[in-house]
Amino acid sequence: MNTSSWFAVRRELSQNKKTKLGVASFLLPLLIWCMVSYLPFIWHPKVLISNPGDVDYFQVGMLVDKATFRDELSNMQSTGKIAPQGQPANPIYLPAPHEVAKAFYTGFTTAPEQRDGQWLHESLWHSIQIIFWGFLISSLIGVPLGILCGTYSAVSRLNEPFVEFFRYLPAPAFGALAVAILGIYDGPKIAIIVIGTLFQQILIIANTTRKLDYALIEAAMTLGTGRIKLLFRVILPGVLPDIYRDQRILLGWAWTYLIVAELIGTSSGITWFITQQARYQHFDNVYAAIFMIGLLGLGGDLLLAVLGKRLFRWNLSANKE
Amino acid sequence: MNTTSHLPSYLEQSEAVRNRFDRLKSREVILEVKHLGKDYKTTKGNVTALKDVNFKTHRREFVCVIGPSGCGKSTLIRILAGLESHTSGEVLLDGKPVTGPGRDRGMVFQGYTLFPWLTVKKNVMFGLEMNNVSTDDAGREAELWLELIGLEKFANAFPHELSGGMKQRVAIARALVNQPRILLMDEPFGALDAQSRVKMQTYLLEIWRNIDITVLFITHDLDEAIFLADRILVLKAHPGEVQELIEVPVPRPRSAEQFSSPEFLATKARLEALIHPQEAEPDQDAEVKPQMIRFVNVADNVE
Ligand SMILES: Nc1ncnc2c1ncn2[C@@H]1O[C@H](COP(=O)(O)OP(=O)(O)O)[C@@H](O)[C@H]1O
Ligand SMILES: [Mg+2]
Repeated sequence: MNTSSWFAVRRELSQNKKTKLGVASFLLPLLIWCMVSYLPFIWHPKVLISNPGDVDYFQVGMLVDKATFRDELSNMQSTGKIAPQGQPANPIYLPAPHEVAKAFYTGFTTAPEQRDGQWLHESLWHSIQIIFWGFLISSLIGVPLGILCGTYSAVSRLNEPFVEFFRYLPAPAFGALAVAILGIYDGPKIAIIVIGTLFQQILIIANTTRKLDYALIEAAMTLGTGRIKLLFRVILPGVLPDIYRDQRILLGWAWTYLIVAELIGTSSGITWFITQQARYQHFDNVYAAIFMIGLLGLGGDLLLAVLGKRLFRWNLSANKE
Repeated sequence: MNTTSHLPSYLEQSEAVRNRFDRLKSREVILEVKHLGKDYKTTKGNVTALKDVNFKTHRREFVCVIGPSGCGKSTLIRILAGLESHTSGEVLLDGKPVTGPGRDRGMVFQGYTLFPWLTVKKNVMFGLEMNNVSTDDAGREAELWLELIGLEKFANAFPHELSGGMKQRVAIARALVNQPRILLMDEPFGALDAQSRVKMQTYLLEIWRNIDITVLFITHDLDEAIFLADRILVLKAHPGEVQELIEVPVPRPRSAEQFSSPEFLATKARLEALIHPQEAEPDQDAEVKPQMIRFVNVADNVE
């Protein structure tokens, strides 16, 4: 195998190479994480005390800075007292892969520690519902409006300047307002996701609609297509696969607004789970939960990609992905 | 040119050809263009694309429009189709002014404009469905047309699965299924390779012979124009004006052998003289004489 076949500019790779590289893209960060976790000489800035010796404030299982440990060690040795013992360790906020893997499993099998706590899967399900409603409401307004903006210049001029302005307002800034209007439970959270997604959505869908080859519209007009039919029988089916692709990207953005949204009012869902676990320094659970969000997001997107291929058999660019 | 002197004049017509033209001109006028003008307003000022264009097209006539690139051929056909407005004059179809696009004027574009989300059959049905023909009837019509163009096997294929020639055949069927009065074609075979182009030309003549349709066909290929047309409208550029309306003296039915017939060559010589006149303003490209330096060994000769 020569390198030129791997690095040909903008050439499609073979399926085999694609799979290999896809797996490698996940293995590479994992490998780095493993090295940092299991090879003490790479980082390990802390010392995990296994025997406090005569140092009065050391305890078994305590994490101290290497410098502190070295000072106390030389102190004890110079004064002839019992020296403390310990192994190099990483800070508490960087658990090793196997710890996170275990937490990933136990997160679903152990009951929450707090009485009012939620199971991991309950938190996730709550978050998914917030995303679903937020994205649905945003799409119900944004997609039709975007298509209209992309079709009729009058609608576009009437909407887009304001939308263009509004999209620069940070969605979380509306948190307090949303709580005042919609209460402290799910309402304001959904609202934040809608505000964060909708305005981008209108502009993106409008642009996509405008990209439809005008020659197709002209061809339809020479076949005697009226205005309404032009919209529903030419523009809509013509841009549908591209809008579908846009929606997948926008759904990803909605996920990024989730954490902010869930901190508003009474915090809930996966964010509540994460903050709660972090408070008790269960960082393995925190990482497990974060990965869970990643998996859900990626899994959902892959599912939509496969569905898209089925739905838009005629679309070459969609099938190439 | 030496060969021209041996050729008959392109104006000479055989008895049969003259009779054909008499019959043609006795048929009713389908399309009439009167003093048509078009200015484009651009940031650099006004561009006159067409100026005082006049001609008439009779029922079942095959007209080709030819002219150098940028002379306003596309502008003309787009105005006829109603896709572009005109600045002066008028366009009459069956005596009625053209105001916008409509099913009475079918159009085939150079780029492939089949609807990629519809199967071949659905593409052909599209025009009928837009004009409120029931799906059953439209389906039956479409099947008939697919048989006519020999693509019944591809009824359920999507456009991206077809070759360029096949796509244009479907585009022709899609336009004709609507039973337009005139078929407007803007360099429809321009993107095809030489072989499929010849096939498509024969094909188009075959369709034209068998149904009641008038064709206005734009091309910049002289052979194509002479092979297809009854009359050729020659335009000149800057501004786009009619130079001559040539009656092609080549008898019908046409075949590939006629490409070397005297009438064909005479017409071609005339077209060449019109389109590439001897005392034309100097061509920018022709000014530059190649001044090559030898980069290879003196012994290494290719000629
Ligand atoms: N939309 C337009 N805006 C401005 N000028 C145009 C436009 N379309 C065509 N033109 C100009 O009109 C002239 C004729 O163009 P066109 O009809 O496309 O020529 P052809 O099809 O014969 O090559 C050209 O000089 C071109 O630059
Ligand atoms: Mg053109």
